[in-house]
Amino acid sequence: MLTIACPHCGPRAQAEFVYERTVDSVVPLDAEPAEAVAALFTRANPRGEDDEIWRHTHGCGGWLVMRRHRVTHAISAIRAIGPETLP
Amino acid sequence: MGRYSALSLLRGAFNGQSHWRPAWRHPDPKPAYDVVIIGGGGHGLATAYYLATRHGIRNVAVLEKGYIGGGNTGRNTTIVRSNYRQEPLSRMYETSLKLWQTLSDELNYNVMFSPRGALFLGHSDADMIRLAEKGDAMRNQGIDAELLSVDQLRKIEPLLDFSRDARFPIEGGMIQWRGGTARHDAVAWGFARGADAAGVNIIQRCEVTGIVREGNRAVAVETTRGRIAAGTIAICVAGHSGHVAAMAGLKLPVESQTLQAMVTEGVKPMVQTVVMSQSLHCYINQSDKGGIVFGGDPDNWPSYAQRGQPMTLEGAVAQGLALMPSLSRLRMLRCWAGVTDMSFDGAPIIGPTPVDGLWLNGGWCYGGFKATPGSGWLFADSLAHGRPHEIVEPFSLHRFERGAPVDENGVGPMPNHR
Amino acid sequence: MSGVAREGATIGFTFDGTRYLARPGETLAAALLANGVRLVGRSFKYHRPRGILTAGVEEPNALVTVGRGGRTEPNTRATDLFVYEGLEARSQNRWPGLAFDLGAVFGLASKALPAGFYYKTFFGHARTWLKYEAVIRRAAGLGPAPTEADPDHFSQRALFADVAVIGGGRAGLLAAREALRAGKRVVLIEQDAVLGGGLLRDPREIDGQGSAGWIATVEAELRSGGARILTRTTATGHWDDNMLCLAQKLVEPGQVPGHGFAQRMWHLRAGEVVYATGLIERPIPFANNDRPGVMLSRAVRTYIRRFGVVPGRRVVVATTNDDAYETARALRDAGAEVVAVLDTRPAPAGADSGFAVLNDSVPQAAKGGRRGVKGLSAVIAGAEQHFAADLIAVSGGFSPAVHLHSQAGGALDWDEGARAYKAGAARQAARTVGSAGDPPASGAFRPVGNAKASFLDFQNDVTLADIDLAWREGYRSVEHVKRYTTLGMATDQGKTSNLPALEALAHAGGMTVPEAGITTFRPPYTPVTMGAMAGAAQGEHAVPTRRPALYAVHAAKDPIWLNAGYWKRPRAYPRGSETLAQAGLREARSVRQLVGLTDVSTLAKFEVNGPDAARFLERICATTVAKLAIGRGRYTIMLREDGLVFDDGTVWRLGENRYLLTSSTSGASRMATHISYVRNHLMPEAKVSVICVQEHYAAIAVAGPKSVAVMEQLTGEAPPRHMSASQPTIAGVPVHLLAASFSGERAFEVHFDARHAAAVWQAIDDAVAAAGGCAYGLEAMELLRIEKGHLVIGPDIDGRLSADDLGMGRMLNPAGGYIGHSTLHRPAFAEPGRKQLVGLESVNGDSIPEGAMLVPHLGARAEGHVTGAVRRVLGPGHIALAHLADGRARHGQEIYARSLTRGHTTRVRVVAPHFYDPAGERYRD
Repeated sequence: MLTIACPHCGPRAQAEFVYERTVDSVVPLDAEPAEAVAALFTRANPRGEDDEIWRHTHGCGGWLVMRRHRVTHAISAIRAIGPETLP
Repeated sequence: MGRYSALSLLRGAFNGQSHWRPAWRHPDPKPAYDVVIIGGGGHGLATAYYLATRHGIRNVAVLEKGYIGGGNTGRNTTIVRSNYRQEPLSRMYETSLKLWQTLSDELNYNVMFSPRGALFLGHSDADMIRLAEKGDAMRNQGIDAELLSVDQLRKIEPLLDFSRDARFPIEGGMIQWRGGTARHDAVAWGFARGADAAGVNIIQRCEVTGIVREGNRAVAVETTRGRIAAGTIAICVAGHSGHVAAMAGLKLPVESQTLQAMVTEGVKPMVQTVVMSQSLHCYINQSDKGGIVFGGDPDNWPSYAQRGQPMTLEGAVAQGLALMPSLSRLRMLRCWAGVTDMSFDGAPIIGPTPVDGLWLNGGWCYGGFKATPGSGWLFADSLAHGRPHEIVEPFSLHRFERGAPVDENGVGPMPNHR
Repeated sequence: MSGVAREGATIGFTFDGTRYLARPGETLAAALLANGVRLVGRSFKYHRPRGILTAGVEEPNALVTVGRGGRTEPNTRATDLFVYEGLEARSQNRWPGLAFDLGAVFGLASKALPAGFYYKTFFGHARTWLKYEAVIRRAAGLGPAPTEADPDHFSQRALFADVAVIGGGRAGLLAAREALRAGKRVVLIEQDAVLGGGLLRDPREIDGQGSAGWIATVEAELRSGGARILTRTTATGHWDDNMLCLAQKLVEPGQVPGHGFAQRMWHLRAGEVVYATGLIERPIPFANNDRPGVMLSRAVRTYIRRFGVVPGRRVVVATTNDDAYETARALRDAGAEVVAVLDTRPAPAGADSGFAVLNDSVPQAAKGGRRGVKGLSAVIAGAEQHFAADLIAVSGGFSPAVHLHSQAGGALDWDEGARAYKAGAARQAARTVGSAGDPPASGAFRPVGNAKASFLDFQNDVTLADIDLAWREGYRSVEHVKRYTTLGMATDQGKTSNLPALEALAHAGGMTVPEAGITTFRPPYTPVTMGAMAGAAQGEHAVPTRRPALYAVHAAKDPIWLNAGYWKRPRAYPRGSETLAQAGLREARSVRQLVGLTDVSTLAKFEVNGPDAARFLERICATTVAKLAIGRGRYTIMLREDGLVFDDGTVWRLGENRYLLTSSTSGASRMATHISYVRNHLMPEAKVSVICVQEHYAAIAVAGPKSVAVMEQLTGEAPPRHMSASQPTIAGVPVHLLAASFSGERAFEVHFDARHAAAVWQAIDDAVAAAGGCAYGLEAMELLRIEKGHLVIGPDIDGRLSADDLGMGRMLNPAGGYIGHSTLHRPAFAEPGRKQLVGLESVNGDSIPEGAMLVPHLGARAEGHVTGAVRRVLGPGHIALAHLADGRARHGQEIYARSLTRGHTTRVRVVAPHFYDPAGERYRD
């Protein structure tokens, strides 16, 4: 089980987190139809690193984006996302 | 290939079992084949077998990066059933189930398909209505389904918790008696032996590292054992579909996730059927060796690692104990994990790709094993005729951009919500 | 009382019904040996008689069933079970008895039953196999299946450490002490009941102290320094990020726990893991090497030195290494006769040992039957020689216990000298210490015995001949060999058999052992009970139970409950001997004719505030929101990103920039996540606050023609008109009064602080009762809403239909912009044949089976199905909602609702899905 460093709470057990989707699956609100379909229905799905959206659902409820390796599971970058992270 | 029979075993008793020949050869790859199938799992081997035996296409290679049957074919809970609500799915899985029934004879290899019944339990009136709906949909298509009362269930699975104050009280069930389990490794080995006998080259330890395109046509694969040209290239690599398709420049509606399962130490018979639940995510059956095989929720996060996290298994066990409390003192002996290619409606993807000469059979999520013979049968027919078989037409790659998903659970495109 | 009288043997136990005595601290295996019991079990396939091979968790043979009733634990290793007073152990896999076992007939037929024989026979239709299989299943399995619920509790706990040391032998104790002295938080894990590991077998002086004293000194230092020492605890799995699962036996298998807990599962996260896991000794393959009386060399030593039990009097020692000479010394010291030491290595190995050493000696065959060995023949420098003996101590070398290291992704390096794999580079923060990192040298040899009787996997009866057969048949990958022969798949997971099998495979293929490959190590290291895996999540705690704020109020009325997801909700409040159907109908009629109240607290509710609240809601909701006047509300639907409807609800404008959004109970957590995702990822810049108030607000619906009067009486003011809101007080509690209806009658939802749930319910209940009405549950709600044509998430809105399919296409916000809008253009959304929502009326007044298929004529393919069906509340007849292909164009058609599973087919007429007050006149005051 992974230990995930929640940007708000610190290192916590993976069981507290829920994976939601990949960053490349995000459909912007103003997406053109073709763009929306492509984002929603295709994935890079690499056998390597990818950017993923997780939520500390059973913790602070905050959202985070992490770069994680799909074979070693190593997390190389993690950041919070949401209104409070805006400049 | 020596024929397998009780007599041949008896003969072996007098010659020290010295007369057995290899079940399949270990050839070096040829420079070119009519069809190259990437992936030596059950689906790839079955496709090769039916191409060779039903369509006369014998100049076929199956390329396997490790050993045949080493992926999801050997990493599942061995359940076979066709009890689906959506007609495209039940038609496809029923095609498979019919093949399962005579597969041991067909292959002259006992795959131990055991139709002991695939049982879904209902825990509320609403569950029972949904089970009846599924059963009615199946019966409408001539597929067997029977609703069971609690009294009938008591006779079939007496160790279930039938108490009224159980957390998941049992209100009844729906059984498909023709469903059951099979010996997973034997399926790969049986198809391999049959395909090999029909002339197919099964090439193990041969990893595909690239797909060679000329214009929009795939013409060859690069492998760890050199370039192999192909008239048609067929991808049958389950959880690695996205990885292999990317070699041809394709992005698929697939996300690779982990599904774990486990087996306990063997005990004398205690679970007769395959026990599943309409409200819980656990699958319980007992293997012929006596181990209780347990499956549960997928890990629901992307991974190619063939390993999940232990809490997922613990959750499945907790649910299983809620259904059958006497399992408590049995011990988990082994657990394993497969890489599932989660598609974006939960249904497989079978058919041509936008690259000419490149076909895909993937996206099986966690429902691939039971489809093995049917998938091979339908895919071989599709490849042989250069068009998707009518039964797999709903499973085209472009159904997503068309807006025509085949969504058994109605949960939409995010695989981790499935 | 049977067995051998011994000083200090005071603990009574039984084996197969015979009573014996054990000394404190003895394993069952030690106690059985001490009492002269050698035959302990039968093997899985051939039912061969088996004794005790090892003195540890690697035991393949000596499996027993212990305990009674719900504490029955089959397949318990006698070598890993400390005897307690009253222990009842039973041998397994034999009938009628252990000494005379009819199953041994499989052994007689073994020549016709090679590895994988079942793949080659029992052909025919699957139904035929089912018959053979029934016989095979009864013969297979090992111990009996438990049939009762477990009376004991299991617990789970989390644990954190800087350093986790696995193994409490000398190396582990040293590593733990070093870490502690460096100021680390230390956890020391030992599967045995006491610390010491190999020192218990081979005592020696350390730091000027005897073993026992040194162990006690270190243990005392660790404990006083705050290290946690977990004995009888096995690190069963090493997962990602140095997370370990530890299975702790709080009592022995089958034992009645003093405080309720039988076992505990620890989830440990460690900064660093130190493997001090030691070695596993390998047997030597020779004919009948599985007979009782063939024992691993170190096990012999353990029984002599730790337990004071000498397992034989005339002993042949067969070895590939120096370690077994220590066993010979232990035997001699204990007064046993060491007939010979057979060493596979050439001279001068063992030359100065003082024993009769025969070099270049490879064991060939053991003599003797189920009562135990009588001797051993060996090929010595090419010539065969026989030795009489009642015990054969064997050592085929040592394999480091690399299981956890490998599970954690560590590499394995082949050690040619030790003929074993040892830990290579670790992938996680972990290191190996002690003998596990430095296995002793072992000679190489070729087995010379009859391959068909030379066992590798004792429990699954896999022989050298089986490995050879697998290779000849083309099963060449080590994984194929394992799966084809079942080697290493028994309850001992191949701890003693894997390396000898790899040697055999390498020999068959003319390869080196590393070329033969190695199978994967997967958790658990030793089998772990499912009870411990589930922990406290058992029985009623298997999943959470959610009780709404009004739970106690309902419970006092003793309703019929419904499990709705995790929620417990009242389904009906029967009076007297009323059935569910009768109570539901009475409650529904009360709503139609008078008034009723019901608990709708489980609805999802979101407070949305801020200048961008309306803009935000017009993303979530596919209808318009911004046009709502303050104090007004509307029905709304929500689309997934793929354009299909996944939830519905109501949205209310409570103030200039303040909204309340409600959505379905069943979709509540999904909707909460969806809203949070949109807010955080898609609209982080929006000036809006969204708070999920699902459980903060209790909610009560009041419905019926008299609801207006009831609300007026309760609030002292005129209640809001339909789809309007006001903020009066009820019973002194400020409430949001929302005039919305699910039943089809004029109705109100009262939302308020859940802390006051009981008081507000009481006030409304009194007023409703005074008006002649009553409380109603979900059963009545179902009757009412289907008659009105209102939909629920799940059956009606099933995640497969578009707004247009549901007849709600005109509700969509023409300006677009909502989630799901950008995928609605896809062609399949506009193609014919789509399922559409329709109503059905029973033509002849019969009930309509819910879930039934809809067919145009009997025998036709299904064109839709019934999503919900009820009888009419007041009038006669049955009605239903359904999904039907091109249904909207088929109003007036007569078709069949057909349930073949229930033998119920009825003729129905397709109609619009509104059976009651379609114009909504009853909403007007």
